[in-house]
Amino acid sequence: MLRTLALGALSALALSGGAAFAAGTYEPHVTDVAFSFEGPFGTFDRNQLQRGLQVYTEVCSACHGLMHVPLRALSDEGGPQLPEDQVRAYAAQFDIDDPATGETRPRTPNDHFPMSGLENAPDMSLIAKARAGFHGPYGTGISQLMNGIGGPEHVYSILTGYTGEEKEEAGNIFYENTAFSTGWIAMPPPLSDGLVEFADGHDNSASSIAEDVSAFLMWTAEPKMMARKQAGFVAVVFLSVLAVLLYLTNKRIWADVKGKKKHA
Amino acid sequence: MAGIPHDHYEPKSDGEKWLYRRLPIVGLLYDTIMAPTPKNLNWMWIWGIVLTFCLMMQIITGIVLAMHYTPQVDMAFASVEHIMRNVNGGFMLRYLHMNGASLFFVAVYLHIFRGLYYGSYKAPREVTWIIGMLIYLAMMATAFMGYVLPWGQMSFWGATVITGLFGAIPGVGESIQTWLLGGPAVDNATLNRFFSLHYLLPFVIAGLVIVHIWAFHTTGNNNPTGVEVRRGSKQEADKDTLPFWPYFVMKDLFALAVILAVFFAIVGFMPNYLGHPDNYIPANPLATPAHIVPEWYFLPFYAILRAFTADVWVVQLVQFATFGIVDAKFFGVLAMFGAIAVMALAPWLDTSSVRSGKYRPMFKWWFALLCVDFVVLMWVGARPAEEPYATISLIASAYWFGYFLVILPLLGVIEKPLAQPATIEDDFNAHYSAPSARGGSASAQPAE
Repeated sequence: MLRTLALGALSALALSGGAAFAAGTYEPHVTDVAFSFEGPFGTFDRNQLQRGLQVYTEVCSACHGLMHVPLRALSDEGGPQLPEDQVRAYAAQFDIDDPATGETRPRTPNDHFPMSGLENAPDMSLIAKARAGFHGPYGTGISQLMNGIGGPEHVYSILTGYTGEEKEEAGNIFYENTAFSTGWIAMPPPLSDGLVEFADGHDNSASSIAEDVSAFLMWTAEPKMMARKQAGFVAVVFLSVLAVLLYLTNKRIWADVKGKKKHA
Repeated sequence: MAGIPHDHYEPKSDGEKWLYRRLPIVGLLYDTIMAPTPKNLNWMWIWGIVLTFCLMMQIITGIVLAMHYTPQVDMAFASVEHIMRNVNGGFMLRYLHMNGASLFFVAVYLHIFRGLYYGSYKAPREVTWIIGMLIYLAMMATAFMGYVLPWGQMSFWGATVITGLFGAIPGVGESIQTWLLGGPAVDNATLNRFFSLHYLLPFVIAGLVIVHIWAFHTTGNNNPTGVEVRRGSKQEADKDTLPFWPYFVMKDLFALAVILAVFFAIVGFMPNYLGHPDNYIPANPLATPAHIVPEWYFLPFYAILRAFTADVWVVQLVQFATFGIVDAKFFGVLAMFGAIAVMALAPWLDTSSVRSGKYRPMFKWWFALLCVDFVVLMWVGARPAEEPYATISLIASAYWFGYFLVILPLLGVIEKPLAQPATIEDDFNAHYSAPSARGGSASAQPAE
């Protein structure tokens, strides 16, 4: 539904799109993943977000932060929905220098996730949105529009895109990655089969945990996605009904003036 | 409201009379809402209402967003994320405001091209047209500065590139650029003044909109035939027009509801599609993005800016003739502003005595080509500056100027226009059969 609507309205705009990314250079390869939150009615899978949180905490958080995400959001509806006592316990494992007292104390749910611990590791709060729309002819976002390939697919592809090749440049080691914009990335392969153990015994192959953490990062980037889609759906239904009523009103008002339309 | 004869407001009750003697505001509103409007207006005459709605929506959402936003380089990006995550309904406000800018420009481009096709810019509506162009310029300035406020990568680098245009002015350019930025580079001072001006300009636009409406209520609306409403007597005028309320209010509201249904589908399901993903990366003055692209609505003029490079002979000629004062960079800036200037001068460049493109057989084709040209420019503006895009953008830019500077003046001389209906009533009766639509004039033109 969305796609037809959007295509009709945007055919001219789609030509130009808003996005262009690294044109003409190395063409990164991005795999399409069928995430549960795709499409106008897609929702986050709460269990998957909880697994993703675990992967982030045990693996990614060593270097990457989530500075824009408040910890209390973990118990929000439409997110991982952890019970509040678990959120308090989760928050307390990270310390913070309290800006008011200057003392170091454990974080509370009102604090945010920590920032990146490593200088050249980007913050992950918005990475799933910052890497959307990269794909398609000159990054016009056509794939994002037509196939729903967006930021979380990019994260997944980076995590699973290592070829095993390494090279050393000026004392730094780079790893070949088919999804990275230049083809060589400074981050060592972070995931491997069985790296994370889930309490419910869920599949913990490298590609499965990559999917989980990609979904989790989509949630950190767009925590209000489900509320947004709901608002959009209600608005479209409401406006469609209103449009029909206004159409009939308008027709009635003009009936006396116009009469029947002649074949013209 | 001079011009078309119509009924005026008469205060009836004592209270109304009391107010009317002191402030005739009810009369002003009555005359505005009951303005006699050509009854043959088609669906391209709805964009004015859409634009008015957009301005109101942008001002209302913008005022609330400003309550939560922090115009400071270290806090701006985080404050936008705060709006998206912590403010009640903040994500919706921000997405409405962000995509509202796109709806605003979709509507304004359709509104402008409608005017270009039906000759709405021609006498006596030149002032309406010029004020419209001023509104368009103010819109572009507002949208550009608004895009800088989230302080993402495209905000910062877009601001750097666009303010750099002023640096291309010979002699005083660098001083002007520094003055605009409030320093040697885009920084906190720039962000603060852009926030201030982004808040101010919409109210300037609102003022200009009132003058725009005042102007075309004085001359009367143009209409698809381009034939003027008869003004000899009220009876004559009544045969050509209908009051704005309820006929056109209802029609426009219906159109608005349809357009908003599409708009809300985009806001609800794909709010970031029209934006650049790089703007979700905080501004970093040390890391230039691989590809700096303006928002889609600037692309046609961005393409014209980039089209005139140093290897184009026109540029070389001008550079030679001006002893190097006008170099390629300044030429590009002049071309970009010139592209809007020639459009603003359309009332004086178009020599045809016929107003509506409907009755201009040759004009129709050149105009269709101009529409294609505009889309091509928009497309090519997002491409990297390399072949074949450089050549395409040069040809497309040349056509834009050629249309206004050569084709419009020449067509008026060589074109043989088709017969126009004698009156709006004739045109209307040729399409509709209601008894009440048949008035005094019996000589209705046959439908084609």
